[in-house]
Amino acid sequence: MLQVISLLLENKPGALMRVTGVLTARGYNIETLTVARTLDPELSRMTIVVDVDPILRAQVIKQMNKLVNVLQAVDLTESPAVCRELVLIRVRAPLEMRTAILKEAEIFKARVIDSSTEGFALEATDDPEKVDEFVQVMRSYGDIEVIRSGAVAMSLEAKKLRLQPPIATPTGSRDANGVSHTGRRPGEARASGGDGATRQEDEVEVTEES
Amino acid sequence: MSNLMSGAKMLLECLVREGVDCFFGYPGGVTLPFYDAMYDHHIRHILVRHEENACFAAEGYARATGKVGVCCATSGPGATNLITGLVDSMMDSIPIVAITGQVSTKLIGSDAFQEADTFGITRSCTKHNFLVKTLAELPQIVHEAFYIAASGRPGPVLVDVPKDVFQAQGHYTPVTSIHLPGYKVFTEGHTGQVKRAAQMIWDAERPWVYAGGGIIAAGATQDLRELAEIVDMPVVCTLMGLGGLPAEHPNFVSMPGMHGSYAANMGMSNCDVMIALGVRFDDRVTGRISAFAPHAKVIHVDIDPAEIGKNRVPDLPIVGDVKRVLERLNKMLAEATPERKAKNAAARKAWFAQVRAWKQEFPLAPSYSDTEIKPQHLMAEIDRLSGGQAIVCSDVGQHQMWAAQLIRFSEPRLWINSGGLGSMGFGLPSSIGAQFARPDKLVFAVVGDGGFQMSIPELATIANYGLPIKIVVMNNGYLGMVRQWQELFYNNRLSAVELECFPDAEKLAGAYGFKGRTIEKPHELAGALEAAVREPGPYLLNVKVSSFENVYPMIPAGAAVNEMVMGPPEPVAMPK
Repeated sequence: MLQVISLLLENKPGALMRVTGVLTARGYNIETLTVARTLDPELSRMTIVVDVDPILRAQVIKQMNKLVNVLQAVDLTESPAVCRELVLIRVRAPLEMRTAILKEAEIFKARVIDSSTEGFALEATDDPEKVDEFVQVMRSYGDIEVIRSGAVAMSLEAKKLRLQPPIATPTGSRDANGVSHTGRRPGEARASGGDGATRQEDEVEVTEES
Repeated sequence: MSNLMSGAKMLLECLVREGVDCFFGYPGGVTLPFYDAMYDHHIRHILVRHEENACFAAEGYARATGKVGVCCATSGPGATNLITGLVDSMMDSIPIVAITGQVSTKLIGSDAFQEADTFGITRSCTKHNFLVKTLAELPQIVHEAFYIAASGRPGPVLVDVPKDVFQAQGHYTPVTSIHLPGYKVFTEGHTGQVKRAAQMIWDAERPWVYAGGGIIAAGATQDLRELAEIVDMPVVCTLMGLGGLPAEHPNFVSMPGMHGSYAANMGMSNCDVMIALGVRFDDRVTGRISAFAPHAKVIHVDIDPAEIGKNRVPDLPIVGDVKRVLERLNKMLAEATPERKAKNAAARKAWFAQVRAWKQEFPLAPSYSDTEIKPQHLMAEIDRLSGGQAIVCSDVGQHQMWAAQLIRFSEPRLWINSGGLGSMGFGLPSSIGAQFARPDKLVFAVVGDGGFQMSIPELATIANYGLPIKIVVMNNGYLGMVRQWQELFYNNRLSAVELECFPDAEKLAGAYGFKGRTIEKPHELAGALEAAVREPGPYLLNVKVSSFENVYPMIPAGAAVNEMVMGPPEPVAMPK
């Protein structure tokens, strides 16, 4: 079974590379990947579908959560979530087949977005398995051209996202030797996580994409 | 407060604010503006002879102090030469900030002279990296880099600065705060979990502490000692954790793992509760992971959530800074009722007696010969002269294992070696960083004849700055560890491991203007080492040791911990 990972990450150069790097370092092949800005233009939402060995799935999520640019990575494979994929299909439609194709499209709630004497361009959105079926059905009408968007997935559980608060930089006081000392110990931002999951207790709290 | 200055000057100001007093580097084309700004700045730049060694030296500095080590290289070849050091510090969780020059922003992606995609190349070998595209973001990025490097699980952070950003003029306003919304640092540890840990420990009959580099990184050595004393249980420190508990402490067993002691590995295999502190269950410690600590319930404390369950699924995970967790755990352990403490006291006592018996039966003892210097003899002499107080920077290989087995460290941050990556050529340059960090300390660079020849250019740096480092080459004429494996696992077919040519130490050191000597007789050893230590400047002591000595005990790769081999099975024919 494929793993569906949903990530919220900073919209910064290199962020995509860091996330996919967690997978490519282990030699995993990404099946689909979509990424787009959220309501907050500084953040992106990414959905990855990837074939990960089931015993390593939690590890992959943890490693993604470790990335500085990643605000949240969650595994949606087995949690309540909706998953949708868009497909565009160009199908050659000789006169005698046009009605049959349109009927079939209707069953899959596909829309005709272009029609010509050559045939149709169709658009459908559904869960990826349904899209597979639709593509199979359309193939029975001859050569088709298919472009799929890759899956986007959304958790159906309300998930609070807690962000880390700002951190003070060293004051840069210098002693007699011109050497500056910083009293900061690693890890000033207070947080706790007892079970290896990413739980935090912090001051700043924002509800995601509101 | 704001004033007009160049990006290069601004970068130096940020370094000063981060408490950097010296850093290690090598200049080049695109870092010219940065080096120009350094010309009349008080911050101290140490010129090494190869960029790789700049990073190793920064590591030596960081490992000796716990502060962030800083190194600097130019674009292209300068940056790519840093890679080994970056991966090395990544593997050992050492805080490093590496500054690299980059070609001007307009030229990026044009295959310009000395251009390399440093940002892309170093993505997987740093904790985080930055490409600075405008001067405005430079100060912010530098402070973020230092914070990321030092906080949580420490690691290397690279900042790639294009030449035009160095040159640009801007008003510098000191950055007062940084914001990394996605960067999570778990320090506190879950209270309920810590409470459960305390219960598990008092319930144990055969408790065991497996302490690693996290103890050193967190500065938790005192807390580790308290933990061991409250429960009176045995402690092993990994290669990265040596010095975490003083070697002379009665609860200290030794190093566990592939070349750990019999007692350490038997203890690992037979304990019923294992308290794993700042460790990552490395394959060199666990042997075959499926057979590791089969009877143990594992309590795993680590600041990095991704370490929990990576190799061994713990029975009780605690994500947090090992110091903060131990402070609370020790308090809870100490506050337990006397009945609770007494419940398994007899069993624990018998267990510790068993561990001590194992230790007595198969000690990690040096061996001696009348005719040749045994490598173990050499380490025992270094141990004697250091008295647990000297900094020992080791390279990688047999000598590293013998040093780890036989040199006793009474404090953390005295034992400096490349553990996870095992980078040959680490010992000498890291000793430079360590000596700059701790000018008060006696510093030994204990290296093999292989690794020494990888880092020979740094003799110039040592001579240049007059660093009184005692370089001790354990010279067996072979790449000893590889030879040992060829002997044991490849029918003694010694392929490409003999180092037939080694320079005359006296002439070599003399060429750089300091003293050197070669010895090969056991009776010369003590005197020669003492003379080296007495020498106010650097000293190169080339010690010819027996060539075919193997490191024992040894757990063959992929074997279980209790399948360790205590010594050579039968005499092996010398190659013709």
